[in-house]
Amino acid sequence: MSSGNPLDPPDFDDLRHLAQPFPRRHLLSVLDLDPLQVAALLDLADRFVVLNRQAKKKVDLLKGRTLINIFFEASTRTQSSFELAGKRLGADVVNMSPRTSSITKGETLVDTAVTLNAMQPDILVIRHAASGAASLLSQKVGCSVVNAGDGAHEHPSQALLDALSLRRAFGRLDGLTVAICGDILHSRVARSNVALLTMMGARVRVVGPPTLMPAQVARWGVEVSHDLREGIAGADVVMMLRLQFERMQGALAPSLREYFRLYGLDREKLAAAAPHVRVMHPGPMNRGVEIDSDVADDLEVSLIQDQVEMGVAMRMAILASLAARLDNR
Amino acid sequence: MSRAPLVIEHARLVDPESGYDGPGAILIVGDEIADVVHQAQAPGAPTEARTIDADGNMVCPGLVDLRVKTGEPGAEPKETLKSALRAAAAGGVTTLVVMPDTDPPVDDPAVVDFILRRARDIGLGRVIPAGAATKGLQGKALAEIGLMHDAGCAFVCDADRPIVDSRVMRRVMAYAGGLGVMVAHRPSDPWLSDGAAAHESEFAGRLGLAGAPAAAETIMLERDLALLDLVKDSGARLLADQISAEASLPSLARAKDRNLPLLATVSINHLTFNEFDIGDYRTFWKLTPPLRGESDRAALVEALATGLIDIIVSAHAPAPAEDKRLPFQEATPGSIGLETLLSALLTLYHEGHAPLTRLIGAASLAPARALGKPFGRLARGAPADLIVVDLDAPRIIDAQALASKSKNSAFDGRRLQGQVLTTLAEGEIIYESECRG
Repeated sequence: MSSGNPLDPPDFDDLRHLAQPFPRRHLLSVLDLDPLQVAALLDLADRFVVLNRQAKKKVDLLKGRTLINIFFEASTRTQSSFELAGKRLGADVVNMSPRTSSITKGETLVDTAVTLNAMQPDILVIRHAASGAASLLSQKVGCSVVNAGDGAHEHPSQALLDALSLRRAFGRLDGLTVAICGDILHSRVARSNVALLTMMGARVRVVGPPTLMPAQVARWGVEVSHDLREGIAGADVVMMLRLQFERMQGALAPSLREYFRLYGLDREKLAAAAPHVRVMHPGPMNRGVEIDSDVADDLEVSLIQDQVEMGVAMRMAILASLAARLDNR
Repeated sequence: MSRAPLVIEHARLVDPESGYDGPGAILIVGDEIADVVHQAQAPGAPTEARTIDADGNMVCPGLVDLRVKTGEPGAEPKETLKSALRAAAAGGVTTLVVMPDTDPPVDDPAVVDFILRRARDIGLGRVIPAGAATKGLQGKALAEIGLMHDAGCAFVCDADRPIVDSRVMRRVMAYAGGLGVMVAHRPSDPWLSDGAAAHESEFAGRLGLAGAPAAAETIMLERDLALLDLVKDSGARLLADQISAEASLPSLARAKDRNLPLLATVSINHLTFNEFDIGDYRTFWKLTPPLRGESDRAALVEALATGLIDIIVSAHAPAPAEDKRLPFQEATPGSIGLETLLSALLTLYHEGHAPLTRLIGAASLAPARALGKPFGRLARGAPADLIVVDLDAPRIIDAQALASKSKNSAFDGRRLQGQVLTTLAEGEIIYESECRG
């Protein structure tokens, strides 16, 4: 192949300069970022979207770097997304699942952190069932830590990829009305999205039964509704959250069929939203519980497939930016 | 008794019983206070007497702490009676009531006796075990309250476990009341506080932490007060343990207005910190009950100053690093507090919240009276449990330098004002600060 062939992929060397050093050593919360930094990350991710649509998807921004994915909670989507992101950037990627491996038998999270730290990784991506776990880990290691979900606290890369999907669909975030619907109480996705979207100038509503709302949620700078039709009325975006079945045992909602009737999104209820409404879901979906397949699979309406694609690009932008900081030091 | 008499002179005496706060001197003969003089000159002391020059520093009764956990028996790596007594002596605490949730639990007179004898052998102050209210702290069947009382237990309680069954609680209060034994209970609705790691609030919600609402406390407190009213003719007395919520105070006030036999405690932690001290999931500030809002803290300080809350406790709860270096919701709750109680309490005095006699009294005379013991007083014939305290000495708490085996102090790094110089228990000097002299 000659370099002058117009069918060759465009040159991505500029990515090295576009990747601004990340403002902090870790990405633990979307509150680690300011609106300009978010915009810069989204710009960078846009470039990775183009790259990811090429046949040759690799750039060597993380060449020689080691990325360890440590997922204490099972996850297909997020873990493979980070893994692909790392590999496309040229990093050596190792996945660890402590539940199935022996490294954490009788070990605490901090023991595990110390063990992993001794392997000299550059970036640790962690998911854990306890709120604050990523923060705790970050205090015990010398590398960068990316929070891939800690309990009911935050999932910042998800909020960033959602913002990327929205900005590409609407051309802006400022002024959008976004209704986040379902189990807000236990959702780290909701917390990160509320923080990021309000920071970027969107109007955010949270919708769900009072039993699935955090205490004093109205003080988060959102509008609160307990009626799905009312909550999504005129909304540009409806973001459905996954209902955790195990939550249903604590009498937070009486049954799945009642939940779907009241809070499940189907085409009829969706008619209350703006005509150009787009529907999102962080996955994995419970079809027929929080969302009807008819809506989820309608590519005119659903951004759900986009979210998955944007996930890889967004995580590449996050990793590239963290690596740029490492390179600078 | 072969000790020479001891004179403490040039002191600022603070006596919660008489309310005296002024210059004076004290003569100690054997293990008792033989004389108290309310003026600048020394009492007529025998010529062989030793003298401590208090140099204008405060002399007050040693503190009496009604809520202390150690790990003995069963979890000695956390804290032994000896390490707890060392911490207590350094903190000016001369009487400790230890909780029954040990292994084995203190639900048997033999365990009461074991702890009393162990403490006597150590000889660094008094330890009085609280007995379990129910067998195995299970909240189901009465423990041997009478036998444990005869063995010398302080009162009965199930430590951190609420006695959920109202019928059992009624029987515990009535039965113990008939024997003249007080029942302590930390009011907490187990369902509302199930799984909680913090105070239910906007802040905890943002952190993604499950919270216990203040109502978990008020609901159980109201139940306990209703039961107390029901059985008060038996002689029942209730110690409402570690009130943490502003919303509980009207309940306490109503019950006290009706002269129900009720005393209430608050922990020094809840007088000092609020929910925001958790910050970035700092587990030393994970407590039960949880730290609540600033308005709760301020209301508790006010309730202590007015006497609505009677007693301050340290809520000393040692937890080793491996129990604290965990994600917040998995970490063991509690903070050590024996060595910081007095300094933290004096910080409240320096901030102008309450007079010295009130604050010292709430940590000495009031708990001693709750136990029916003659401590907590500067009076002729009272036990010579005394502390000499530099009220103004600045102090930065370094948890690693504290005497407890576990270093989980919520006061780590905190700037406090007030420092124990000398601690005497039963007439014997059990602690002298290095900065003294």
